[in-house]
Amino acid sequence: MATTKRTVEVQLSTSGIDAEGRPQRVPLTVDEAGNVVTMAPPDGAEPDLAGEHMLINIGPQHPATHGVLRLVLELDGETVVRCIPHIGYLHCGFEKMGEYRQYNQIIPYTDREDYLNSPGNNVAFALGAERLFGIEITERCKVLRVIASELSRIISHLVWLGTTCIDIGAYTPFLWAFQQREEVYEMLEMWIGARLTTTITRVGGMGADIPDEFPNKLRAFLHKFPKVVDEIDRVITRNGIWVGRTVGLGAMSPEEAVNYGLSGPMVRASGVAWDMRKDFPYLDYETYDFEVPVGTNGDVYDRFLVRMEELRQSTRILAQALDRLPDGPVNIDDHRVILPPKSKATSDMESMIHHFKQVMEGPRPPIGECYVAVESPKGEKGYYMVSDGSSKPVRWRIRPPSFVNLSAIPRMVEGHLLSDVIAINASIDIVMGEIDR
Amino acid sequence: MSNGFTPVIAGSAGGTNAPAPATPKNIPNRGGTPNPSADALRAQFGAAIQRVDVVWGETNVYVERARLHDVIQWLHDDAGQRYDYLSDVTAVEFRDLEQPMEVVWHLRSLPYRRFLRVKIVLEKGTALEVPSVWDVYKGADWLERECYDMFGIAFVGHPDLRRLLMWEQYKEGYPLRKDFPARGRFSRSEQLRQALAANPEARYSKEELSIADAFEDLPTDMQRRLGTGERTGE
Repeated sequence: MATTKRTVEVQLSTSGIDAEGRPQRVPLTVDEAGNVVTMAPPDGAEPDLAGEHMLINIGPQHPATHGVLRLVLELDGETVVRCIPHIGYLHCGFEKMGEYRQYNQIIPYTDREDYLNSPGNNVAFALGAERLFGIEITERCKVLRVIASELSRIISHLVWLGTTCIDIGAYTPFLWAFQQREEVYEMLEMWIGARLTTTITRVGGMGADIPDEFPNKLRAFLHKFPKVVDEIDRVITRNGIWVGRTVGLGAMSPEEAVNYGLSGPMVRASGVAWDMRKDFPYLDYETYDFEVPVGTNGDVYDRFLVRMEELRQSTRILAQALDRLPDGPVNIDDHRVILPPKSKATSDMESMIHHFKQVMEGPRPPIGECYVAVESPKGEKGYYMVSDGSSKPVRWRIRPPSFVNLSAIPRMVEGHLLSDVIAINASIDIVMGEIDR
Repeated sequence: MSNGFTPVIAGSAGGTNAPAPATPKNIPNRGGTPNPSADALRAQFGAAIQRVDVVWGETNVYVERARLHDVIQWLHDDAGQRYDYLSDVTAVEFRDLEQPMEVVWHLRSLPYRRFLRVKIVLEKGTALEVPSVWDVYKGADWLERECYDMFGIAFVGHPDLRRLLMWEQYKEGYPLRKDFPARGRFSRSEQLRQALAANPEARYSKEELSIADAFEDLPTDMQRRLGTGERTGE
């Protein structure tokens, strides 16, 4: 039996409910030919707002700003005309506090600036301090530090992936990513006893050698983890919603990206093949076999692809590091810099003196300065240290990669929609602890 | 690469004969081979390059203050240098207060894989003013603002030199200066009193309120106070 469909909708400018509590339904106005006719706006409707700009404030307390970032946006309709970022809500003065601390005492501060990448920061700081002291670390220590840095890259990228998925509207990959992150944190806990704020390095060595069961646990993780990455890949890389919400957003050309000081996955997504591990190597990274993924468009989607591939490359590096892990001492054999074993400090006179001198006065580097930068998950993380010969640095400067990356956000969000600002902001991978320091 | 896209490759300018990058080892405290750009700078700028030294394998170039912008512009533009990346801008104040402050630029040449530290010595008794390099590197924007915020060094030519990490009405001075006490200048109770007395409208700048046409609607005394960044509510 043929039926005719009648389209109805709730009448505009009413509460939508009639006196008996039922929804009010009115037929759409149609002309004789059956075409829908636009109704004249009711009296008192909003005037035409073309040309009127609106000010909207996002943050500092907003879940999509990944911390305490505040963005003041000037909108024309839904399009961003201008973005004025405000930072500093989490400013703690780490650099100032570092001027009152011995070198080993500064390492816990590095945990707390980029708190998703604590082991990586510890390694970077120890490398800088060792340059300042003129120390060459042992081979086993180098490999252990590579393991620490790459594990930290994995956890940082996993947090980025999970939170960005939530920002854009996918919930499941967040759970998968955080499950894997938990496994890494279990390994770190097994290694050093702490999870988030690891303080895994010391100047001249590591806080602890890896426990005996660590290599097997890491091997099991390396076996399982790429499958989870592939799973996430299958779920979102070709997902229509994901692609639609990320492609073409916040694109930066290669020259522009370099000029704006972007680094890490941000600049590589724009097509700049620059990785500190390859081009300004440290920890013998030049002897590891891994690839540097590079994007072409520099948009949010390419940044996602680059980070996904970096997860896989990190597992390659970790496997190689496990295979080559040499036996031997972890710490250097110089008890003026590194603490002697606690058992000797209570039984051996000389060790006790070293212990006392180090804890009370701290080791003193010669006069000098150095800037040591590593490839952190966010980009070029540099520590600039100036020594005047005392046991505390005159100046300890953190070069925060996400700070410089975030400074380009007014350029990136210009002309995009308000909802895209969230996706672009997520793609920068900001950690406010590092930006405000 | 159908869209005519050409990737920028770090180290591409060195040619095939350039040595592969390697982890530096056994670096001496002083001395060593300086960065070739230091000699090129001497040849180009002569006496404006005051001193070159190599500390822990990194080359420091001390530049005359008036020529700094020219030097950095040249390093950025010259085909033999191509320092296209500004890593960091910061300043150093020493514990010995007789020693002058230094402003430090860390430059990186991606095509040649070089790293150079350019410095200015701010002699005692001179104004804390240095040229801004924002027109060469857009990335200098926040780095210079932070340096101004923390040290009070004015970057002449910066388009928007405001405080960055501290709030704009912050009156205690410049936190990373050595004469600034680690606990701050004001007592905790005074800081709390100021925070509670702050005008919530001052969370927006005059400029931001002007975008929304809200600034004109404010009472005149509040306009005046916001204009000067004052706090109210005593």
